[in-house]
Amino acid sequence: MQQRNLWTVFSVLVMVAAVACGGGGGGDAAAPAAPAAPAFDPASAGDLSGMVMLEGELPASEELMMNSDPVCAMNATNTMSSTFVGSNGHLGNVFVYVKEGLEGQSFPAPTGMVTIDQQGCRYTPHVFGMRVGQTLEITNSDPTLHNIHATPSANDEFNMGQPIQGMRFERTFDSPEIMVPFKCDVHGWMNAYVGVLDHPYFAVTAEDGMFDISTLPPGDYVVEAWHEQLGTHTQNVTVTTGQTAEVSFTFTAP
Amino acid sequence: MTWLHPYARFVCAATLLLVTAGGMVTSTGSGLSVPDWPNTYGYFMFSFPLSKMVGGIFYEHGHRMIASIVGLLTIGLTVWLWRAEPRRWIRRLGVAALAAVILQGLLGGITVLYFLPTPISVSHAGLAQIFFCLTVCLALFTSAGWHRSSALSTHEPVIRDSTLLALATGLPLLVYTQILIGATMRHTGAGLAIPDFPLAFGRLVPPEWSFAIAVHFLHRVGAAVTAVAILATLGHLLAHHRARRDLIRPASLLLLLVLIQIGLGGWTVLSGRVPVINTAHVATGAMVLGTALILGLRVNRHRFPDARQVSPVRAHPTGIATAPGAPV
Repeated sequence: MQQRNLWTVFSVLVMVAAVACGGGGGGDAAAPAAPAAPAFDPASAGDLSGMVMLEGELPASEELMMNSDPVCAMNATNTMSSTFVGSNGHLGNVFVYVKEGLEGQSFPAPTGMVTIDQQGCRYTPHVFGMRVGQTLEITNSDPTLHNIHATPSANDEFNMGQPIQGMRFERTFDSPEIMVPFKCDVHGWMNAYVGVLDHPYFAVTAEDGMFDISTLPPGDYVVEAWHEQLGTHTQNVTVTTGQTAEVSFTFTAP
Repeated sequence: MTWLHPYARFVCAATLLLVTAGGMVTSTGSGLSVPDWPNTYGYFMFSFPLSKMVGGIFYEHGHRMIASIVGLLTIGLTVWLWRAEPRRWIRRLGVAALAAVILQGLLGGITVLYFLPTPISVSHAGLAQIFFCLTVCLALFTSAGWHRSSALSTHEPVIRDSTLLALATGLPLLVYTQILIGATMRHTGAGLAIPDFPLAFGRLVPPEWSFAIAVHFLHRVGAAVTAVAILATLGHLLAHHRARRDLIRPASLLLLLVLIQIGLGGWTVLSGRVPVINTAHVATGAMVLGTALILGLRVNRHRFPDARQVSPVRAHPTGIATAPGAPV
């Protein structure tokens, strides 16, 4: 009986540890809840971390002209484009994910919700990731109206209006897709991108270019870094138990 | 009948404004800024607050408002024609215009609800021009000039001129085809597929091909063919029908318009599709089509049911004195 209780406690601890450590990434990624019960032994997992660099001068951020909507022009706190962010040769807003190496493996369904907000006439976050089947909450925190228009190629397109501050909708995506663009046709400067994956191993780089993807099953992977204007780069990486594999990407400035 | 013709002209002008407003919607990429239809963000169209007409909504909702007004004006025109116009074929043309504007509204709704599918969007653009042509026809057919030119004897030199008949009849069809190619280019995002002008990638013929480059290049070739056809028509008229000012004037206007249109096309490319320039190109295209249609209809005046074997000078039933060759 005591042994059974120990097993129960151990199982709960493993699940808690998995929730605390696994899945998703760092940076601005609206990471889903990590796998609640990984199909592999988490004790054998390794981590992946790295950096995305930019060779050449970071293009100056464009100032967004928001005067077509007086509410935006008056309330916006940040009017600079999010396309190129970074510092000291590092590049932010890059979506990094495991592209190959996880085939045939299944992962528990995500339980959390990912949120994209329309705030200050911008999308927050600008680049993020989520799981297939995971709920995406779309909210409008602005005192003006927006439409949110997703233009995927592998999933269903949608275009919804949110004319009232505080409105929220929920959507899901049924297929993996890198990346699903979002735009607001009312405010032409508003755009965002979501990477939809059938596994939890993705991240978005912060302004310092750093990213972390944790609790990966040991193995050989192809990891891809995606930037909305600079395209993609891939790297091969081997993850071993208890180790943190390092990988870096270098994009060339336009 | 006194006010019917000015009213028909007003509907025609309102339709040109509607085409221009539609051009601004596409040029600014605002086609989906109002995601619902026929409502606007849940509001009944006419109760949508002006204060919320911001960004792309200004163009899309504005286009819908103008379209609704043109629809109402067309209902008025159709009813007026049905009650006051003695010529049955014109009354029927009024009904056709009403059907066209209703269908056009439905196409506009469908294209919004299905996220601007290219065939629907191109059809919407194509039907817009057909509806505009119908209003041009109604304005022309209700004019005093059209009545005055009913005598077949006036048209005998033209009737015998098969070259002019072919040129003037083919011109509106050529311009409409060119507009459809332009609409396809516009709605497939091929407007900048060839980034330079007047050359294509620095050459006369593009060195590489894709659907976008092909449709863009075809539109340029179509522009050259149209310009040559207009020049030939005007030249032929000046050489053989110099006295027909009612034909020389629209042909001259056509030449001017097509030169402006080619300039606007080039400017659209070189400016990277600045919305106002791009839209001016759409509106001028409609004017080229309308003018070509007027020329074609006047040249083919003898084919209409109200063309009559009458003496060259007679009093028209409306009381307007007519004379052969009078400008219309």
